[in-house]
Amino acid sequence: MPKYTKPPSHLQEILKWNGWGYSDTRFLFNKKGQAEFTGKRYRLSGMIIPALQNWFEGTFGASVQHKSPAMPILTSSAVQPPTLNEAFVDELKSTGIPCSHDAEDRVFRGHGHCLHEVFALREGKVGRVPDIVVWPNCHNDVVKIVELACKHNVCLIPYGGGTSVSSALECPPEETRCIVSLDTSQMNRILWIDEKNLTAHVEAGIVGQELERLLNESGYCTGHEPDSMEFSSLGGWVATRASGMKKNIYGNIEDLVVHVKMVTPQGVIEKGCQCPRMSTGPDIHHFIMGSEGTLGVVTEVTMKIRPMPEYQKYGSVVFPNFEQGVACLREVAKQRCAPASIRLMDNEQFKFGHALKPQVSSIFTSFLDGLKKFYITKFKGFDPDRLCVATLLFEGDREKVLQHEKQVYDIAAKFGGLAAGEDNGQRGYMLTFVIAYLRDLGMDYYVIGESFETSVPWDRVLDICRNVKARIIQECKDKGVQFSPLSTCRVTQTYDAGACVYFYFAFNYRGLSDPVHVYEQVEHAAREEILANGGSLSHHHGVGKLRKEWMRETISDVGMGMLKSVKNYVDPKNIFGNRNLI
Amino acid sequence: MKMHLFFTFVDILEKRRCSSDLGHALRTYSPSPYEGAPSCSTADLNKAVLESQYLRYVTKETGSSGEDVRQEVCRILEEMSQNLQLGSIRLMAYTLTKVLKRLFTGIFVNMEGLNMLQQAIQESPVILMPNHRSYVDFLVISYILFTYDIPLPVIAAGIPLAGMKMVGEILRRSGAFFIRRAIGSDKLYWAVLSEYVKTIVRKGCAPLEFYVEGLRSRTLKSLMPKLGMMHMVLEPYFKGEVYDITLVPISISYDRVLEESLLAHELLGIPKPKESTTGLLKATKVLQEDYGNMHVNFGRPMSVRRLCQGKINRCQYNLIPRDLPQKPSAETQACVSGLANLMVRIQEEGSLISPWSLMACLLLQAPTTVLTQEGLLWHQLTEKTLWLRKLALDFGAHLNWPGQVPDLDVMSSTVTLHRSVVHLKAGRVYLVREEEPVRKHPISPELDVIRTAAAVLMLASYRNQSLHVFVRPCHARSDELFAFFWFLRDIFSNEFIFIPGKSSQDFEEACFLLNKCGAVDISEQEVIVSDARLEVLSFLQALLQPFIHSYQVMFRYLCEDGGNVFTEKQVLPAVRNRATKLILSGELHTYEALSSDTQKNGLSALQRLKTVTKLRE
Repeated sequence: MPKYTKPPSHLQEILKWNGWGYSDTRFLFNKKGQAEFTGKRYRLSGMIIPALQNWFEGTFGASVQHKSPAMPILTSSAVQPPTLNEAFVDELKSTGIPCSHDAEDRVFRGHGHCLHEVFALREGKVGRVPDIVVWPNCHNDVVKIVELACKHNVCLIPYGGGTSVSSALECPPEETRCIVSLDTSQMNRILWIDEKNLTAHVEAGIVGQELERLLNESGYCTGHEPDSMEFSSLGGWVATRASGMKKNIYGNIEDLVVHVKMVTPQGVIEKGCQCPRMSTGPDIHHFIMGSEGTLGVVTEVTMKIRPMPEYQKYGSVVFPNFEQGVACLREVAKQRCAPASIRLMDNEQFKFGHALKPQVSSIFTSFLDGLKKFYITKFKGFDPDRLCVATLLFEGDREKVLQHEKQVYDIAAKFGGLAAGEDNGQRGYMLTFVIAYLRDLGMDYYVIGESFETSVPWDRVLDICRNVKARIIQECKDKGVQFSPLSTCRVTQTYDAGACVYFYFAFNYRGLSDPVHVYEQVEHAAREEILANGGSLSHHHGVGKLRKEWMRETISDVGMGMLKSVKNYVDPKNIFGNRNLI
Repeated sequence: MKMHLFFTFVDILEKRRCSSDLGHALRTYSPSPYEGAPSCSTADLNKAVLESQYLRYVTKETGSSGEDVRQEVCRILEEMSQNLQLGSIRLMAYTLTKVLKRLFTGIFVNMEGLNMLQQAIQESPVILMPNHRSYVDFLVISYILFTYDIPLPVIAAGIPLAGMKMVGEILRRSGAFFIRRAIGSDKLYWAVLSEYVKTIVRKGCAPLEFYVEGLRSRTLKSLMPKLGMMHMVLEPYFKGEVYDITLVPISISYDRVLEESLLAHELLGIPKPKESTTGLLKATKVLQEDYGNMHVNFGRPMSVRRLCQGKINRCQYNLIPRDLPQKPSAETQACVSGLANLMVRIQEEGSLISPWSLMACLLLQAPTTVLTQEGLLWHQLTEKTLWLRKLALDFGAHLNWPGQVPDLDVMSSTVTLHRSVVHLKAGRVYLVREEEPVRKHPISPELDVIRTAAAVLMLASYRNQSLHVFVRPCHARSDELFAFFWFLRDIFSNEFIFIPGKSSQDFEEACFLLNKCGAVDISEQEVIVSDARLEVLSFLQALLQPFIHSYQVMFRYLCEDGGNVFTEKQVLPAVRNRATKLILSGELHTYEALSSDTQKNGLSALQRLKTVTKLRE
């Protein structure tokens, strides 16, 4: 056996192997039955969340007495021994690029964060995983690895932050070649910043929060903040066509990218200049963006940067009902005055958000909260079972932010919206980062769930929200789920011609023999419902293997043919064999 | 309380007879509506229609100025729109209690159906789909729902009702909205109507009640469903504007129909009196008579979503604005037509067959001269009726045959109830013909035929109430194979309700039923008539005979005398004349050939089979 060397820094060591996020951070119910959020990393960390238990038990019919704990450690015997291509491994070793075939390293890179993936890990079940992990340090390392892979016919699966929710990182069980996970995490430098053109040239393995931190040091930001930005990588964003929370100011990934370098089995693909726009036939960036690791590895990206905003302000608006809220968002989009972020939660999610309020420190705050509630429900006559809330984030120079804020609140008022304070707004955005941890808490108590997204024309937003939520409830009932599920949604992005909608759904699986299968059937039905209501297959999560079956109807036969012929030219031996997308 | 197989029927008049009518009308009424939403006002509804994107598209298509069109739309809405008000409902409830108590011995309603309806109304927009056999139907559903605290429907009604003084307005305030009869190619009217209906469904303001058969059946036989309204009602589901729609088929069955003699005369070409308030007042003499029981059977609520599974690709609306006026796709049309026919079939299956209807089947199989002159032996009729009762049960019919009373008493009280059609004298049953004013000259043979025909057609109507039970086995009778079955089914698909595309299932069902009652033996390949049970087959054959003969008269006329081009107005009287002659000469034995309904159905069948084509003027 050749000797392997691991790279020095290992994000893996501070992350969970069978759940979301940092090992030191999790929700738990303490001995008193109260919910706590551990660690020190988030605003909510170290706090007691008094209302969560009630909400949790009430919503799911679950009980903190009924635990379904995960297997604490991975037993190496559960992992199949690696299939190694010795000739490849020997030559790889001679290049000096770090690699490993440790069971833990392989398992860590053999999954994303779909429910079925995490559920299996918690039960200690491991399917086909990569046989070796390699850690290239730069673009040239990647070129070497891809050359070797072609020479020895091994399968390469690029790995960035591992936050996929489309089964994109799952190893195809039918793959018999040696599977190599190409982990880009060591390629995490900003190579240069061009202040004259406001661009930065960055290695694709950098994760979102690191990129922002480093740019902030120079007074810049990209403004690209997908919900997964703590862990997801720049290369991953490009490969899946990611979208950021603040896209209204900064744009989605396709608007931010100026230049991309990708290593393919045919060689390196890139443009010959860094121009803002070109009329030179179909944009080759659009073969790269959304290719989901089927064509090559993105190694370096030139991205637009912006000076850091002078001022940020959160806000929130309460609407009497979801219909009014959507009408308001539509009007805001029509007037093209959307703040950096504007999101509308439905009533169930509003209640959920409330359940996550930490213990208040002073009587005064709780008194104020009570007063607010009284004002909205009694004085203004909002029905607590119908009202919903929009959260807002404004960015820019102070004066303009205040002006902008007024404009948006004026529009909201026309739709019956009442300003509900900065605090509610900020908490809304914080929830984005902790919600993935909550799924792990649920799974400790027989509750499984997931979120999925779509984009849809404006006139169908309300219909799709209602129909998909209802479909989820009906399917759960038909599939024998004993308790009514949580089925909720929010509108998270606005565009000129439509919006992005996120659905969350979770249920108590006690009494079901194969909960994951039931879950998958329900999600499948929900996706069918989305498509039948004019929604897209995905707004930003991508297709992966989870949603492949609908690609043909999504992009037509000819479209499929075009994608396939590109794949056949670029990668005829299917070296990038993760079998995503087509 | 009476039990019928799975249904528990409760007489809702029973309570009314022992408590105050006014108290009932003023009862606390607080139904739980769909999604807990407050019902939308008439003004809101009309405004939503007026401002709809759909109407804006249509306006552009018409090419006239926006303001003109808008005014026209307002006029149409004013004429059309309902104005449901609780006060009027109370008034209606009070009046109806008085009228219904006088007319009927009991109004029996199945409680399971009502309970399911109550549940369904809270979950999705509900469409109430009753059959239509009498003007009395019109507000009866509302009356029942009022009594049981269920949200009241808005009801599609024919425009003539709106024209009645006072009554029109009362109906409007009881939830009726009015639709013109011949809309033809008036695009704007269609647009307003369909947007009006769709808005009601979309918003779920109130359950929507409409007659899928389009109008009152003059023959008491189910009519081919009309698809226009059905399209409008279902479209919000196809386009994803609602999660689901619930269809509730309702079967209303009468022991005796108020309009029995009017209907028979109408079928003979004597026009019905125009709907008018004075006419209604004159008709009060019908209030003096006894009409037995009425059964209202609320069917199991059916989810459109489930019914359409695999039949509709809802993605078809993804590429164009949903409001853009568009012809429905072939797939959609087939789905709508299938559902409409299914609803009528379920109405048929849910209706209760009275002893009288069984007797009518048998009476009609006796030669008419026997009925008018020497009379049919009572004991023969009763024996045969009991035999038929068993056959009907074998075929899965729901009978309304009182259990606690001796069978003979049931039959003789039935005959008493129907003394306007038959009378029993000295052990024989005779057909009752209308009394003629005393004249100097004997009446002409032609007029005499009409007199007899009126009585026969009344009888035929009551037979028709149970026709659907036998119609499938009828078509598969004796040695005819699937091809023959298919042929008959095709010819008669305007006459009887068959669900399109289900001919094999129908054939299977027919064979199964015939086998079950022992009329035939079915082996792998063959259907063999069992000699022992020829009785069933000859009954079935005789049941269908009047239709076959009537169609033959019609077809023969077209072949021999009709010429190549003719108008409907010419044909009907001509065929009637020919039939009268044939009856007088003894060549034709069925008086039903005189019925304009049968003639029209025959003509439509020929049109559908492309033997006859309709020319546009």
